[in-house]
Amino acid sequence: MTNQSPPSLYAAREPIFPRRVSGFFRRFKWWIMIVTLGIYYLTPWIRWDRGPSLPDQAVLVDLASRRFYFLWIEIWPHEFYFVAGLLIMAGLGLFLFTSALGRVWCGYTCPQTVWTDLFILVERWIEGDRNARVRLHKGTWTAHKVRLRLTKWAVWMLIAIATGGAWVFYFTDAPTLARDLVTGAAHPAAYITIAILTATTFIFGGFLREQICIYMCPWPRIQAAMMDADTITVAYREWRGEPRGKGNVRRRSKTEAITAAADLQAAGPGAARYPGTPYPDKALQVGGKIPAGADAGPGDCIDCMACVNVCPMGIDIRNGQQMECITCALCIDACDDVMAKIGKPRGLIDYMALSDEAAERAGDPAKPLWKHILRPRTILYTAIWSLIGAGLIYALFIRSDIELTVSPVRNPTYVTLSDGAVRNIYDVRLRNKLGEARTFTLSLSSDAALGIELAGQQASTLVVPADATMLQRVYVTARPGTPAANGDMTALRLWVEDIVADTRASKATTFNGRGE
Amino acid sequence: MTERKKDDVTGIETTGHSWDGIEELNTPLPRWWLWTLYLTIVWAIGYTIAYPAWPMISGATTGLMGWSTRANIAADIKAHEGRNADLVASLVSADMQTLPANADLNRYAIARGGAVFRANCSQCHGSGAAGAKGYPNLLDDDWLWGGDMAAIDYTVRHGIRNDLDDDARYSQMPAFGDILDRPQIDAVVEYVVSLSSDEFDAGVADTGAEVYADNCSVCHGDAGLGDRELGAPNIADAIWLYGGDRATLYTTVEKSRFGVMPPWGPRLSEADIRAVSAYVHSLGGGE
Repeated sequence: MTNQSPPSLYAAREPIFPRRVSGFFRRFKWWIMIVTLGIYYLTPWIRWDRGPSLPDQAVLVDLASRRFYFLWIEIWPHEFYFVAGLLIMAGLGLFLFTSALGRVWCGYTCPQTVWTDLFILVERWIEGDRNARVRLHKGTWTAHKVRLRLTKWAVWMLIAIATGGAWVFYFTDAPTLARDLVTGAAHPAAYITIAILTATTFIFGGFLREQICIYMCPWPRIQAAMMDADTITVAYREWRGEPRGKGNVRRRSKTEAITAAADLQAAGPGAARYPGTPYPDKALQVGGKIPAGADAGPGDCIDCMACVNVCPMGIDIRNGQQMECITCALCIDACDDVMAKIGKPRGLIDYMALSDEAAERAGDPAKPLWKHILRPRTILYTAIWSLIGAGLIYALFIRSDIELTVSPVRNPTYVTLSDGAVRNIYDVRLRNKLGEARTFTLSLSSDAALGIELAGQQASTLVVPADATMLQRVYVTARPGTPAANGDMTALRLWVEDIVADTRASKATTFNGRGE
Repeated sequence: MTERKKDDVTGIETTGHSWDGIEELNTPLPRWWLWTLYLTIVWAIGYTIAYPAWPMISGATTGLMGWSTRANIAADIKAHEGRNADLVASLVSADMQTLPANADLNRYAIARGGAVFRANCSQCHGSGAAGAKGYPNLLDDDWLWGGDMAAIDYTVRHGIRNDLDDDARYSQMPAFGDILDRPQIDAVVEYVVSLSSDEFDAGVADTGAEVYADNCSVCHGDAGLGDRELGAPNIADAIWLYGGDRATLYTTVEKSRFGVMPPWGPRLSEADIRAVSAYVHSLGGGE
């Protein structure tokens, strides 16, 4: 045997120079970019008046005081289930959209796609369209090339800084932080966060681009489980386009196609245009059927490579469904443009369901769109998604602005007082979820005769500051000789009430007697 | 030198090891792996020079960076004390009796006192301050030497019945085993039981009442309410330091008790003493 070195597992990146394209989907994507980037950059600057003691930022993740503000909603840490619910909804929403419309998330709204799109736009403005960029890439490092590259990187860097900078505004008051950032007075965490996000934006959007999707992102791997033959996705109508070619190539292809079809027919079952699946004792996947249109001459595809040249992922959609394809639909625009020029109907490359292939090959009309989208799977996803959404909205409306938690002190379980009375101690945390200080009254209810006393307070009322939790030690006492004092455990319920607003909350707990 | 053998199929050198005719290929380590290994060795050498590492006869090498966890913690504590300097200063100069009225300072004192208590007091009084036999429960409303802020502060500072502080609270109950005979002790025990319980022998208790009046009432008072000046416990209430059953009371009368608490003045800072007093005062029985 010969001396063989093992095959290399490394593939160098092929540089991609997406060409400018215009059309419906490109315009749609520009709008999505404006809206998504607008939301991202501007949201922290929206003000929302919550009164004097609360921040006036509409969307604020206040990690220091452990509050999340979203418009009129304020989430406390113990209400994290709202965030968990939203994340589950986001996950299910992704399932729903992927099973119905394929990788629309990847193609239109994924931050990697949006920022890469923006970076490519900048690249085109500065270095020119595809051909100019290819020339520049292959050319030597002249002063001209250095100047263009430096300009491009500088603009990328500005976008990256704006991106990293916008992120930190979500976590503290934006105008104050902006001032502190400029004067150098902001917390180092802000600068470090901006530096990291600037670096990732610059590198991911400028250099890694499609490699993030192909090698780093887990989502393309999960897609397959979400998609099926009814999913609407970007595909090439191979039966309409093939055999491809232009001019003399097309005429030669036509002859070849006819010969091939005749050969195929002569060869009978077992022959195929494509190499068969080599399973023993199994008929070949493609039988001796003549592909529709093979003998009808050349297809609509003139092999102009427009679809390949505009692809930001650097693939050829005509090779069929590929993991790399993010369904950005730019190839559809590119092909439609060409079809219009050569006087053919649009849609050689188009959104379609793969299950329509057979019907379309036979020349029958495809199933209507709604039949593809409305199927048990998408209905189920929508149902679960709506159920969780309804649950969250319900939870949002029934939640109280007054709450308490009770932790009984169990070291010791009870204290005997000098007159023989038995006392239990409870640490009660009172939450005032409104933006103003309120007076709360504490009381208890129980079948047994028990007394309540607040440690260090004369009365049974106390003032809880705005938007705060207050820890109050509470003594519950059973008079000497009563069943609660001498018995084992007695159930009781501690109540907190805002008499002015007439709202109250309660927690059940137990009273430990001497157990005699 | 042994002859280098090459595997016929792959052309890779073998190690010469062979099991049942299967030869082991001498596949070299990946270069990145090897370089990582070398790098960690270089790093380790530098690390042991820069940081404390090698054990010597007494202690270890200190390292060029002069890094020490002990020094770091000392600096952290110092920085923390620095941040609280204002609170500490006002605590040290505060009037203890009116401290609870100053809510912010009192909250700080209680939080600080809780830490002091758990580190220094919980060994005897328990982490929940519930005490144990012979060690008073600090959660209840019964005090041997007084339960207001000043009395607690004095007790913490000077301790009880110790030889270390001349100002320590001091008293001693005589061992009545040398003074009274057994029936007399039994009688006085029955009388003491009668002060806080309904189940007693009235005849015996009456005899005991006379013994009590002659021997005990000087300190514990005519009604058994005790005397805080002397640290004489109230024996008419429901709280017993050593136990309220007849056998324990007999032992107490016969042999007496002598509970000792060390003075904390020399060991704790002024702020800590005041803080732990405020903490004990806040536990539920403060007067």
